[in-house]
Amino acid sequence: MSEKASLPQRVITYTLLICLASAMLLPFLWLLRSSLCDEATVIKEIESVADFIPPVLHWENFPNVLKAIPLLMYLKNTVFIAICVIIGSVLSSSLCAYAFTFCHVPYRRHLFYCVLATVMLPGVVTMIPGFILFRELGWIDSFRPLIVPAFFGSAFAIFLFRQFFLGLPVSLIEAARIDGATPLQIYRLIVLPMSRPVIVTVSLFSFVGCWNDFMGPLIFLNSKENWTLQLGLNSFRGEIVDQTNLLMACSVIILIPVIVAFFCLQRYFIRGANMSGVKG
Amino acid sequence: MKTNHKSAIGIRQSSPRHLSPMAREDRLTFWCFLSPWIIGFVLFGAGPIIASIFLSFTDYSLFNRPNWVGLDNYRELFRDPLIWKSLGNTLFYVIFVVPLSTAGSCLLAVLLNQKVHGIPVWRTIFYLPTIVSGVAMGVLWRWIFNPEVGLINTLLSPLFKLFAIDNPQWLLDPVLAKPAYIFMSLWAIGGGMIIFLAALQGIPKDLYEAAEIDGAGPVRQFFNITLPMLSPVILFSFTMGTIGSFQIFAQAYVMSGRGPDNATLFYVMYLFDQAFRYFRMGYGAAMAWVLFAIVLMVTVIKFKVAKRWVYYEGEV
Repeated sequence: MSEKASLPQRVITYTLLICLASAMLLPFLWLLRSSLCDEATVIKEIESVADFIPPVLHWENFPNVLKAIPLLMYLKNTVFIAICVIIGSVLSSSLCAYAFTFCHVPYRRHLFYCVLATVMLPGVVTMIPGFILFRELGWIDSFRPLIVPAFFGSAFAIFLFRQFFLGLPVSLIEAARIDGATPLQIYRLIVLPMSRPVIVTVSLFSFVGCWNDFMGPLIFLNSKENWTLQLGLNSFRGEIVDQTNLLMACSVIILIPVIVAFFCLQRYFIRGANMSGVKG
Repeated sequence: MKTNHKSAIGIRQSSPRHLSPMAREDRLTFWCFLSPWIIGFVLFGAGPIIASIFLSFTDYSLFNRPNWVGLDNYRELFRDPLIWKSLGNTLFYVIFVVPLSTAGSCLLAVLLNQKVHGIPVWRTIFYLPTIVSGVAMGVLWRWIFNPEVGLINTLLSPLFKLFAIDNPQWLLDPVLAKPAYIFMSLWAIGGGMIIFLAALQGIPKDLYEAAEIDGAGPVRQFFNITLPMLSPVILFSFTMGTIGSFQIFAQAYVMSGRGPDNATLFYVMYLFDQAFRYFRMGYGAAMAWVLFAIVLMVTVIKFKVAKRWVYYEGEV
C-alpha cells in the first residue's frame, strides 16, 4: 500500500466511513434520546429536527432504573462469569487448535470437521439433556453450568485459533522442534506470543458472548441474586410495558461498561496485531 | 541432529508401524492437547446429543416417562405446515443476511486498514452494534421499527409524504417483516469486521512492497494479495454466519414473536415453542435434528467449493 493515498481516494474513503458510521450511530442516539425523555415525550411524533432533542433531559431516569432493579448485582455476576469463561476458552481452545494445526496425525482434518460440526448443532438439541445432566450434578442455580464448559474448548474459538495458526510460518515451528523444543515449549514460547491478536479476538468474543447470553442464564439461574444483566433487562421489559424511556435507560446503563471496556481493549488489540510475529 | 531432520521430512511418508520418534511425539501431543475438547465433547456434547436422538423417537414431555413412538415425530414434521413456513422464513433470512454481512464486514475492514486517521474511534463505532445484546437489541429495534414514532419512519416520512404513501408497518406487515430483520442484522457487521481487520494486519507488508515494485496498482493488489490472503477468513465468516443465522432466536423472540401471518416465525423459535411452551420435547428434538442435517449439508457443500478458492499460507 502506498505511503500516502491520493486525494480523491481519501475523500471517497472518508465519505464512505462517515456515511456508514452515521448509520451505525443513529440507533444509539435514538436509544439515548429515548432514555432521556419522559413518558409522554417518548411516544410523541417528531415533526422537526429540533424535536429530536427532548425539551427537558430527564437524567433521573437512570437512578430510577437503578432503584427499580439491582443492576450492580447483575453486573457483578455477569463480569465474574465472563472472566472465568475468557480464561477457560483461551487456554483450552488454543491447545486444541495447536494440535489441529501443527501435529501431523492421520485423519486430523476429519476430526477437525467433527469439532466444527458441534457448532452447527443447534444449541436446543443439547439443551434439554444438558439441563438434566447439570441437575443431576446439582449445579442448577449456580454459575458452574455457564463456566465449566468453557474450560473444555469451544469450537468457535478453536476455529479462530486454527485459522490464525495456519497463517504462522511452519518453518519456525519445525526449526524449534529440530532444536529439541517440546510441544509445550513451542506452544508457550513461540506460538502463544505470536498469537496476541487472536487471543485478544477470542477474549473479546467470549466476553461479548457471555454478556449477551440470554438462553443459558435463563435456563440455569433461578434465584434473583444469581441473575445476569440479560435476565435483569428481560424481566424489566416484562414489568414496565408502557415506560419505553426507562427500558431504554436500562439498556444504556448495560451498554456503558462494555463500551468503556472495548475502548481499553482496542489499544491492546492494535498493539498485539502489530507485534504479531508473522512478519519475522 | 541429522537423523532428527530426516525424520521431520519423513513424517508423512512413514508407515504406521514404523513411526519415527517425531511422528510418535506428534500423536502423543495431539491427543494430550486435544483432551480438554474430547472430555468436554463426551460430557456436554455427545452424551446430550445421543440422549436427544433417543428423545426424538419418544413423546417425552418433561413430566411423563418417555414412551417410544418410532418415527411418528418425523412423520408429523413433514405434514406440519408451520414447519415449512418457518423453514422458508429462515432460509429467506439466511440467503440475504450471510452474503451481505460478509461482504459488508470485509469492505469495512479494508476501508479501515487504509491509513485512516482515528482508527480506534471508527473501529469502536462499527463494533458498537455487536455489543448490543440479544434482549437489548430486540428492545431497541422493536422501538426503531415502531410504525408511528419509530426512528426509521420518522427519518423517511418526508419521502412518504412526497409520494403520498402510508407509513410502512415494518414488523406488523407480513411482507416487510423479514426485510426489517435483514436490515437489523446488517447493523451488526462489526463483529466480522474485527476478524477481517486482524487478518488484514497479519498480511506481510513486503507482499505489497513487492507488488508495488512490480507495478501493481491498489486494485490489483486487492485482488491478487488482499483477497487471497483473506480467503480463509471469508470462508470463516460465511460458515459461522450461516450457522448463526439459521438459529436466529433471541432478537426475534423479543421483537415480533411469530409476527403477522407467521411471517417472522423462525425455525428455532417454532422449535422453542414446541419444546418449552407445549413441552413436546420429543417433537422438538426431532425438529432440531432436521435443522442440524440441513445446516451440515450446506456447510459440507461450502467446504467442498472452498477448496478451489481458499488459500492457506501454512499448508503444504
